[in-house]
Amino acid sequence: MIEAPDLSLGALAPFLLVFGAACVGVLVEAFAPRERRHPVQVAVALTGTLGGLLTTLLLAGERQVTAGGALAVDGPAVFLQATIAGLGALSLLMFAERSLDPARSAFVAAAAVPAGSPRDRELMTATRVQTEVYPLTTFAIGGMMLFVASNDLLIMFIALEVLSLPLYLICGLARRRRLLSQEAAVKYFLLGAFASAFFLYGLALVYGATGSIRLSVIRESAAAQAGGGVLLVLGLALLVVGLMFKASVAPFHAWTPDVYQGAPTPVTAFMAACTKVAAFGAILRLLYVGFGTSEWTWRPLVYGIAIVSMVVGAVLGLTQTDLKRMLAYSSIAHAGFLLTGVLGYGGGADGTALGVSGTMFYLLAYGLTTLGVFAVLTLVRDGDGEATHLSKWAGLGRRSPLTAAVMALFLLALAGIPLTSGFTGKFAVFRAAIDDGAWPLVVVALLASAVAAFFYLRVIVLMYFSEPAADGPTVGVPGLPTTLVLAVTVTATVVLGVIPGAVLDLAEQAAGFVG
Amino acid sequence: MTDFPWLLAMIAVPAVGAAVVAALPRGREETAKQAALGVSLVVLLLAVLATAAFDVGGERFQLTTSVPWIPDFGVDFALGVDGIALVMLLLIGVLVPVVVLASWRDEPVGRRSMRTFFAWLLLLESFMVGVFAATDVFLFYVFFEAMLVPMYFLIGSFGGPRRQYAAVKFFLYSLVGGLVMLAAVIGLYVVSANELGEGTFAFDTLRQVEIDPDVQRLLFLGFFVAFAIKAPLVPFHTWLPDSGAEAPIGGAVLLVGVLDKVGTFGFIRYCLPLFPDASRDLAPYVLVLAVAGVLYAALLAMGQSDMKRLVAYTSVAHFGFIALGIFAFTTEATTGAVLYMVNHGLSTGLLFLVVGMLIARGGSRQVGDYGGVARQAPLLAGVFLVAGLASLALPGTNSFVSEFLVLIGSFPTRPVFTVLATVGIVLAALYVLLVYQRTMHGPPRGVLLEPAPEASAPGTGSPAPVGGGGATAATATLDAPAAAPARLRVHDLTPRELAVAAPMVALVIALGVYPQPLIDLVEPAVAATMSDVGADPAGVTPEAPGGTD
Repeated sequence: MIEAPDLSLGALAPFLLVFGAACVGVLVEAFAPRERRHPVQVAVALTGTLGGLLTTLLLAGERQVTAGGALAVDGPAVFLQATIAGLGALSLLMFAERSLDPARSAFVAAAAVPAGSPRDRELMTATRVQTEVYPLTTFAIGGMMLFVASNDLLIMFIALEVLSLPLYLICGLARRRRLLSQEAAVKYFLLGAFASAFFLYGLALVYGATGSIRLSVIRESAAAQAGGGVLLVLGLALLVVGLMFKASVAPFHAWTPDVYQGAPTPVTAFMAACTKVAAFGAILRLLYVGFGTSEWTWRPLVYGIAIVSMVVGAVLGLTQTDLKRMLAYSSIAHAGFLLTGVLGYGGGADGTALGVSGTMFYLLAYGLTTLGVFAVLTLVRDGDGEATHLSKWAGLGRRSPLTAAVMALFLLALAGIPLTSGFTGKFAVFRAAIDDGAWPLVVVALLASAVAAFFYLRVIVLMYFSEPAADGPTVGVPGLPTTLVLAVTVTATVVLGVIPGAVLDLAEQAAGFVG
Repeated sequence: MTDFPWLLAMIAVPAVGAAVVAALPRGREETAKQAALGVSLVVLLLAVLATAAFDVGGERFQLTTSVPWIPDFGVDFALGVDGIALVMLLLIGVLVPVVVLASWRDEPVGRRSMRTFFAWLLLLESFMVGVFAATDVFLFYVFFEAMLVPMYFLIGSFGGPRRQYAAVKFFLYSLVGGLVMLAAVIGLYVVSANELGEGTFAFDTLRQVEIDPDVQRLLFLGFFVAFAIKAPLVPFHTWLPDSGAEAPIGGAVLLVGVLDKVGTFGFIRYCLPLFPDASRDLAPYVLVLAVAGVLYAALLAMGQSDMKRLVAYTSVAHFGFIALGIFAFTTEATTGAVLYMVNHGLSTGLLFLVVGMLIARGGSRQVGDYGGVARQAPLLAGVFLVAGLASLALPGTNSFVSEFLVLIGSFPTRPVFTVLATVGIVLAALYVLLVYQRTMHGPPRGVLLEPAPEASAPGTGSPAPVGGGGATAATATLDAPAAAPARLRVHDLTPRELAVAAPMVALVIALGVYPQPLIDLVEPAVAATMSDVGADPAGVTPEAPGGTD
């Protein structure tokens, strides 16, 4: 007789809503008439994610393990789920933008038609839109929310797949430069599959070493065999590799520039913001809950990877001439900064880690700013779609002062200039790291920030101090969805920089793991 | 009225002013200028009133305001001034309206709007006030970095031909310094958390924390690098000539007049009191940089053909003097250094302004493109002379008092460095007088020459006109026919330019003749700093036992 596991429906409500919306989306895709689909899909997806956000917020303060011990409902889970749901909803708004592209959508009308074929050229100018992207994205959001809450390694793996598979697909759905987009999807899929395999292998080894996939049991077992079995350490290393891949941390970053460049810009925004949050949520949970008592096993590893990631991101970012690639390297550098926060293992109130609250705040701030940057990117267009080559942005400050000002704000935030959210985030993670004695790492991080600042500045120089080119790009007038995204992200970037107290407080209160 | 939040008002007024000016519709340039002038005059008034409310013999920090800002980081929005900060606020108050007036007729390249220029200028003023008025180290850091942004845009949007390069170089140098300081700021916080149980950024609390000497040395270096880049000491100075030369005149005045003073102010306010042991240990090395700066920059200044670069290099030399005064650890020398900070802002500011007026007439920055201007523009030449003499510290000008105080205060403790620095004074006389003589006296020549009746050969290699001005049709003919006495096409100071120069000249002379009020204002704060650093306030034997000299 199998006993039904103990399920707390309240704790599961966010998942039910988001996955429910995704399933409804699939049904809509099958049954609703084509011309009605777009608004309905957008409505369903937004209802799901915003409902997920609300129900998550209602769970604030909850601390329990449910679903037979497979799911944790605790501060970090709730905070990060809410972050993912919120950022996901904003990304969906960007997906739904229809007034920028002359063909009314950033997504290809029929992904299965070979690129460059007569049929493809025909569809190129058609205003038919494709709406599978909404349920796919909703699934991905659900997977991400599960990822940060999973209390055992198997659930974590399933969540990893649930979030990854739709992402691979939607990367290949760009309406323009389709081959580039499909190449990106294949690359992402291949490398992602490897990463999943690493994760799975690590899971097996850890299970072999500890006899359990439950994080709390692993923790006890790891503590008991201090000095470490080879299996355990090896398994941990493989798990970390799998997660670092998703977080686009160097040296596991090779896919990032190509995929960021090839994917449709709203999808890039979604990946850059939400995937990063989810991956770091999982990293935090794995390291703090699963291996919290054997810090020595992962500390040197994370320390080294953080340095590599910051240096690679900052230095290679310098040589980029395409904005999306540049932002990809910037994302790699930021992953390194986030890892300095992960190292801040202690110092918080009630035995929590300063690093957890710092990293969570950073993720929120970085996610919002990144969404904003990519939203601006979708506005600047020429005949061939988005004008992402740097030289196209020359003199934008003169031609379109508001767009340029918004972009400059985001870039300054990414560079970590005070009075923007980027600075508060950096300060929070660096404080956690120094508090834990990792000041050499912080010095490296600061130097990397200075190098990275150069490429952010270069865009500002181009926009403001260069003369506009004669045949420069046009700046589209965004419709309501993108305007909304920009309004939210600009406000958040400023507010989290000037008066971050309330959100920092929330992050600090939410820093305690269960399990 | 002592409860009035003077400092908060001095930060808020220009910030709001900047927003208003930026929000003005296109084409309302005149309104923008008037608004900027009005706002900056209000700030000056506030600065004067704040000084009146300041009790010289009272508490160290006065006019304090403090509200919690980011409780999680232990950060307060805490403002307050001692005598040193107060005189810097007065300097800001004086310089900004002068700069606004001096930029009145600027025509930026590419039809950029002067509205934006004045908006950035006012925002810069707000941040500059903040950086001097902050008594919370975190808040100081925030203003320190935020200040870069408006200056970056001022240089990059409104500067000379190489403005992009100069702007990026300026930003990156300062940012690197700032980030190193950020590491030290966080380190300081963590140290205070370990010592006091709860981390703090409050300057007054941090001052009392005992820090391990080795840690002190690291933290000192973190702060020092940032400040040494800001107030360029010699190996860190290369950005200043570029920025000074490419910045619009108004920006250049504020850059060397105020922005760079944050560096020397930082030495006095943060390096010395927070890390007294490290300051004493490392002082000899700092002094080597300081004196090297005095001599090296003076030599470089003599070699410059670009007037703005020349003035920028003179500033590097002056900053060497200021650093010498600070790290000599006597009350006299440091008082001299603080006075020097103010006086340098006035004299070099004036020098930049008058050079700017000359450039506006001729359109060239080269010394060789001018000659004999004094004959037709005696007022301009007179102001140039006053600025130059103040810059070389002639007795009777303001700089003399401060330079003399620095030297006489440093000599008892650091005789060798002081004697070496004295050579710099001779060099200063050379570079200032040479440029004055070449441009203002001698036969008329250069870009301002009246075109000869039968225009012979056009320009002989004079650079292209820079930044507009009245040089559109000026063709240089160095070998004009000797028959007709050559005449320059140059007008003397306009009433607006007189209004710019007059208050500066007046201050240069007034503070040269009667500096006592300023000294009285500064001295208590300096004495307090000296007692923090463990030097004898009397200023005779400041060496700590076992000192390294």
